[in-house]
Amino acid sequence: MAVAIKQHHGTKGSMDHPTVSNLRQPLIEGEKSYSEVTTDICKLLDNKPGVGWWVAFSVSVCFLIAGAIATTYTVTTGIGTWGLNKTIGWAFDITNFVFWIGIGHAGTFISAILFLFNQKWRTSVNRSAEAMTLIAVMCAGLFPVIHMGRPWLFYWILPYPNARGSLWVNFRSPLVWDFFAISTYFTISLVFWYLGLVPDLATARDRTISKLKRAVYRIFSLGWNGSNRTWSRYETVYLVLAALATPLVLSVHSIVSFDFATSLIPGWHSTIFPPYFVAGAVFSGFAMVMTLMILVRKLMHLEQYITVHHLENMCKVTLLTGSIVSVAYLTEIFIGFYSGNPNEMFLILNRVLGPYAWAYWTMVTCNAIVPQLFWFKRVRTTIPVIFVLSILVNVGMWFERFVIIVISLHRDFLPSSWAMYTPTVTEFGLLLGSFGLFFTLFLLFLRLFPAISMSEVKGVLHYARR
Amino acid sequence: MRADKDDKAQANSRYTAAVFRNEEELFSAVLEARASGFEIHDVYTPFPVHGMDQAAGLKRSRLTWIALIAGAIGLMFGLGLQVWTSAYDWPLNVGGKPFNSFPLFIPVTFELTVLFSGLIAIGVLLVRNRLWLFSKRLVFSRVTDDRFVIVLKQSDASFDQRRAMKLFARHGAIKVIEGDQFV
Repeated sequence: MAVAIKQHHGTKGSMDHPTVSNLRQPLIEGEKSYSEVTTDICKLLDNKPGVGWWVAFSVSVCFLIAGAIATTYTVTTGIGTWGLNKTIGWAFDITNFVFWIGIGHAGTFISAILFLFNQKWRTSVNRSAEAMTLIAVMCAGLFPVIHMGRPWLFYWILPYPNARGSLWVNFRSPLVWDFFAISTYFTISLVFWYLGLVPDLATARDRTISKLKRAVYRIFSLGWNGSNRTWSRYETVYLVLAALATPLVLSVHSIVSFDFATSLIPGWHSTIFPPYFVAGAVFSGFAMVMTLMILVRKLMHLEQYITVHHLENMCKVTLLTGSIVSVAYLTEIFIGFYSGNPNEMFLILNRVLGPYAWAYWTMVTCNAIVPQLFWFKRVRTTIPVIFVLSILVNVGMWFERFVIIVISLHRDFLPSSWAMYTPTVTEFGLLLGSFGLFFTLFLLFLRLFPAISMSEVKGVLHYARR
Repeated sequence: MRADKDDKAQANSRYTAAVFRNEEELFSAVLEARASGFEIHDVYTPFPVHGMDQAAGLKRSRLTWIALIAGAIGLMFGLGLQVWTSAYDWPLNVGGKPFNSFPLFIPVTFELTVLFSGLIAIGVLLVRNRLWLFSKRLVFSRVTDDRFVIVLKQSDASFDQRRAMKLFARHGAIKVIEGDQFV
């Protein structure tokens, strides 16, 4: 084996004279050495943040404050502050909940599924994508808790022995499944992310001058010293976690879709929901990763690490999942009429031509038509265009959940109870607040943790270089 | 400095370490050191080097089995919890569904299987590698940055320091360190 390596890589000097493969592009530009990778990533933690970071942070905190005010008002006054009525009992909050959970899925997709498929380009983006997952799940979790009306009693959904008998939770309810799915998802994503961070925290520990920072890094790097015995077990556990997280991520959005699919409402009662929701989640999640990565590479000057090649790969995933979602839209229309059920047929007509048709057509434009532009290489490699399209995809995916939830509810079986739904300022405040929370935490993450996985990037540094 | 039993027994043994600039040099040094009968204590690298486990003679980790057993425990706990609470402890009629509604218990059972398996696998990893919050271990300089280190045990009197030095030099070691205690 040693001989093979020597023949393949030539002598020691090969490091200085890399030969670029014609078939593959290097993943990291600039022909970096190992120590350059360390310096490039760690200096983001040492240097003071630039103007761009401060502007973004201030705007996010303003949104967060708006959200805090809306939350306080809702909790102290009640759910009556929202635009719900007796026909439409679920609207903005559940839309936001499903939207944020979906965003989170791309992080796990990149860190676990692409790991199992041996996609080496994931190493530049997996750290921030996983952080995005954690933050998005936090944003998502807020909405059901606020909607409970008495959020301080949220723990009643846990099956613990209690003074009420013990009266246990109803394990037949998809809402209880949701609780288990999302808390497991958050926990496993958190430990997965932290495990990946440990070697990088050790790198930061070994080069930081500030005493306080070094003490913090020392504690959280768990005494990591790069031992091969440790690496060996670490990689085994990393693989196990990836194998566990893969079905987990599929289960989470399937269970979220059961919240709707197990009911009898036309537009919800559908067997295609689990795969349709999972594809939609990965679709919106990848769009959000692209939005964030385009901002990150500019704000933190990481253009050589997050290259056009990475963005192009993500565009391809978006194109694929967007197309799956489009097929799901067509399937819904077909099955609606094929069922011969007048309620199902009415629902489809009401979606496409009813009072909320504008929401439906926004969704179709952003999710089914816009991503088809990614067939063109020019589009996939022009960063400003990707940025705009990725935002449009997320607008579309937010509307998809709005369409599924509100349009299905507002004209139900009994025409005398038909109603319209108009969101209130409080609800917009909560939506804005969740974006504020998301970006505030993400910007803090960029300052406090190595934003790119150094140990993993070093492992793929020579890809297509020699 | 926490030392386990093995470390205490060997506390007086000496070691010889060599520092390399890249993984290929380290890799060939590891292969030759093992072939010429040296006892490799451990290898230290900034990132996992492909094939190093076999080269250094490590056995396959058994952590996958631990994850499997932990998952089985989670599965039984999840299913047991739901069947016991819903069908035995306080059976409630929910929409006429059977008390033991097994198919509806699958999602939570699955989630608890994954949760147990993942958390216990990580827990065992941390314990087995003595990684914990206040762990203080010797770290070779720049090994978390861009240096690759091999550590040989001077296991007995037959250890030939000069032969080891020569071997390291042949593979391009930039420094050889001798020390008193294992890291």
